[in-house]
Amino acid sequence: MTTAIEVSDLHKTFGRTPALDGLDLTVTTGEVHGFLGPNGSGKSTTIRILLGLLRADSGETRLLDGDPWRDATTLHRRLAYVPGDVNLWPNLTGGETIDLLGRLRGGLDSKRRTALLERFDLDPSKKGRTYSKGNRQKVALVAALASDVELLILDEPTSGLDPLMEEVFREAITEEKHAGRTVLLSSHILSEVETLCDRVSIIRAGHTVETGTLAELRHLTRTSITAETTTPPTGLDTLPGVHDLAIEGERMHCEVDTAHLDELMRALANSGIRSLTSQPPTLEELFLRHYEDTLTPAGATK
Amino acid sequence: MTSLTGTPSLIRLALRRDRIILPIWIYAYLIIAYANPASIHKLYPTQAALDAAANGIGNNPALVALAGPAVDLNSLGGFSAWKFVLFAALGAGLMSILTVTRHTRAEEETGRLELLGAGILGRQAPLTAAVTVASIANLALGIVTALGATLGGTPLAGSIAYGASLTAAGWAFTGIAALTTQLSQSARTCNGIAIAVLGASYVLRVIGDTAGPHGPGWLTWTNPIGWTLNLHPYSDPRWWIIAIALATTVAFTALGYTITNHRDFASGLLADRPGPTTATPRLRTPLALATRLHLGLFTAWAIGFALAGFALGTITNSIGAIINSSPQVATALTQLGGQTALTNAYLAAILSLTGMIAAIYTVQATLRLRGEETSGRIEPLLATHVSRTRLAASHLTYALGGTALLLAIVGVTTGLGAGLTTHNLGSQLGNDLTAALLQTPAAWTLAGVAIAVIGLLPGYSGLAWAAIAIVILIGELGPILRLNHWAMDISPFTHLPKLPGGTITATPIIWLVAIAAALTATGLAAFRRRDIG
Repeated sequence: MTTAIEVSDLHKTFGRTPALDGLDLTVTTGEVHGFLGPNGSGKSTTIRILLGLLRADSGETRLLDGDPWRDATTLHRRLAYVPGDVNLWPNLTGGETIDLLGRLRGGLDSKRRTALLERFDLDPSKKGRTYSKGNRQKVALVAALASDVELLILDEPTSGLDPLMEEVFREAITEEKHAGRTVLLSSHILSEVETLCDRVSIIRAGHTVETGTLAELRHLTRTSITAETTTPPTGLDTLPGVHDLAIEGERMHCEVDTAHLDELMRALANSGIRSLTSQPPTLEELFLRHYEDTLTPAGATK
Repeated sequence: MTSLTGTPSLIRLALRRDRIILPIWIYAYLIIAYANPASIHKLYPTQAALDAAANGIGNNPALVALAGPAVDLNSLGGFSAWKFVLFAALGAGLMSILTVTRHTRAEEETGRLELLGAGILGRQAPLTAAVTVASIANLALGIVTALGATLGGTPLAGSIAYGASLTAAGWAFTGIAALTTQLSQSARTCNGIAIAVLGASYVLRVIGDTAGPHGPGWLTWTNPIGWTLNLHPYSDPRWWIIAIALATTVAFTALGYTITNHRDFASGLLADRPGPTTATPRLRTPLALATRLHLGLFTAWAIGFALAGFALGTITNSIGAIINSSPQVATALTQLGGQTALTNAYLAAILSLTGMIAAIYTVQATLRLRGEETSGRIEPLLATHVSRTRLAASHLTYALGGTALLLAIVGVTTGLGAGLTTHNLGSQLGNDLTAALLQTPAAWTLAGVAIAVIGLLPGYSGLAWAAIAIVILIGELGPILRLNHWAMDISPFTHLPKLPGGTITATPIIWLVAIAAALTATGLAAFRRRDIG
């Protein structure tokens, strides 16, 4: 298994504002990797460093076995990028922009181009200045997806798309995955990440806080348990990993660290389980746990 | 809610956003208005000296063409007003156009106005606020000019009329901009249309003012620049000109209001048509993209230069017709940058001026690279296999090549105009083309300055505009103010041979090319190393 992106201990400061503070990121070839974090946590900065647009202060960065700063132009033949905020040339049509970007990347599959334009329902004859945000994003997406590249770097690519187009986007990314392409997908849309991504990295204030498959990450978090027992359960409050315990007669509710689920089940079984509801942690909960206490730390924006 | 609801808030917002740029304009007028009469007094300390200079200038159509009709030159006030008023009026017009567009169409184009428009904001509030702010700025410009001129030693009443004449020009162009900003969806195009009107005004008044008794003298009265230059502030002010300017402002602003009432948000009168769905096979390099981005700007400049060159060229004949050329004429002309022979001096003066004006295009075209960067459009390009150097080079091709081509155009059209009227087409064409082309290396040094700023101090790209402003001020006012040698030497144009008429020397040309190349190399090297964005 080879790695498409390998970043370790990345630091970047703008003036006196630290944007990245020891960020790590590993993307394996052929996977769709979700890149999550609150606004201003350093996602776009990381992507810009990977594209050689910004120079890192310190840290190791490898992209497709090259140095993203030094080998920028040769590496860029093998990747396509969709910025979070797409700006088009006001006097070029969408179609012209797609062709230009594709050609500058080293080629465009014209059949795919036609198919994608149809699927994304995009009129390529309009001038750049007349497109809405969502349509500007579609122009950049079609240009990227129609290019013959190994790696797609997508910075919040669906933030302006309607739900129907989001669905089209998901299909397109799934196809890319089956075609063996690697995707780095920065996103805020959790359902999108849950459907598409093999692994995710969550960053906060320029630092990676969690990374792994969704199953692995779920393991690190809590399961919500509601149970009815024949006799009121006892001794639950002394169990390790049990939180927010509430007992009303025979009914109980608590959150338990997934690693300690086993002990809780045994204790409950001793009181005779009559009904049991177990809710695995959603990505949303995982997310909120890392997002909630971000009111204080400062981070740079894109 | 009326159509003006929210105007006061927008005015405060505009004043806040312009808190640096407008004071710079106003201070510049104060300083020049004050320094100008003082320097003239030093130059011609006695009435006799002033009379002699005035006599020389008054008989000279070349100077009338360049700077405006010579009236009241026997008084310190009249003389100093004559020297500064053309630049001051063009400057006031430019400031007004940029201010109005900045607070209307530019806001609409970027979508910021939509954010405000969703609040409690009347339909006409943005235009009203922009026109108000530009009008206030022009009023301030007039007041500080009157103040500066009075402090500089000219009579109060005349100085007030002089300041008012500038305010009038500014107001008229505020109205014109209120109309032009309705025309296109692109702020850049709106500015371009208004600046074209400004340039046309200049050319119309040149033709009108030099027409003679049987020529189209009425052309002077077709435009605000002509009005301002003919107000005679220090002798017998034609106050009614202010009334005409004010009426123009009101009429054009009213037209602007009418169009605003009838058009959709963010749309223009010149509608966007659907374009090609695929790119031509040629659109596959950064240079091909640069061509698409620069062609409009370059074409506008080329047309302007061709017309102005031909118009100024045809006047050459009347310069040669001066029979009693006094020593003062010669002195004054030499100070304007020419050598002895009158027509040559005239042509050398206008070609030197066009060289400096072409350098405005040079700076504008070079800064396009920075504009593309700040608007976020070079990121996707640099994420392809295009290198930074290649991207910068695509814009520099237009900055450097475009400048040379513009100067060639002005050389040929001036030569045609001069040659046809003096019946000496062959030699005029060759001489004027050579003279115009020789301005190129000096203009190129400003591309060097601009690219160096983009590379080293990207946040301060305005420094490139400051550089060209200084060069033009040195070039136009330096000889008359008798600036120090070292101060004159700052401008690359000072080092050029005075052509036609002079001898061509290679040394300064080689030096200028070398300096431009060194600055460009420095800028490109820094652009390769720095963060983008």
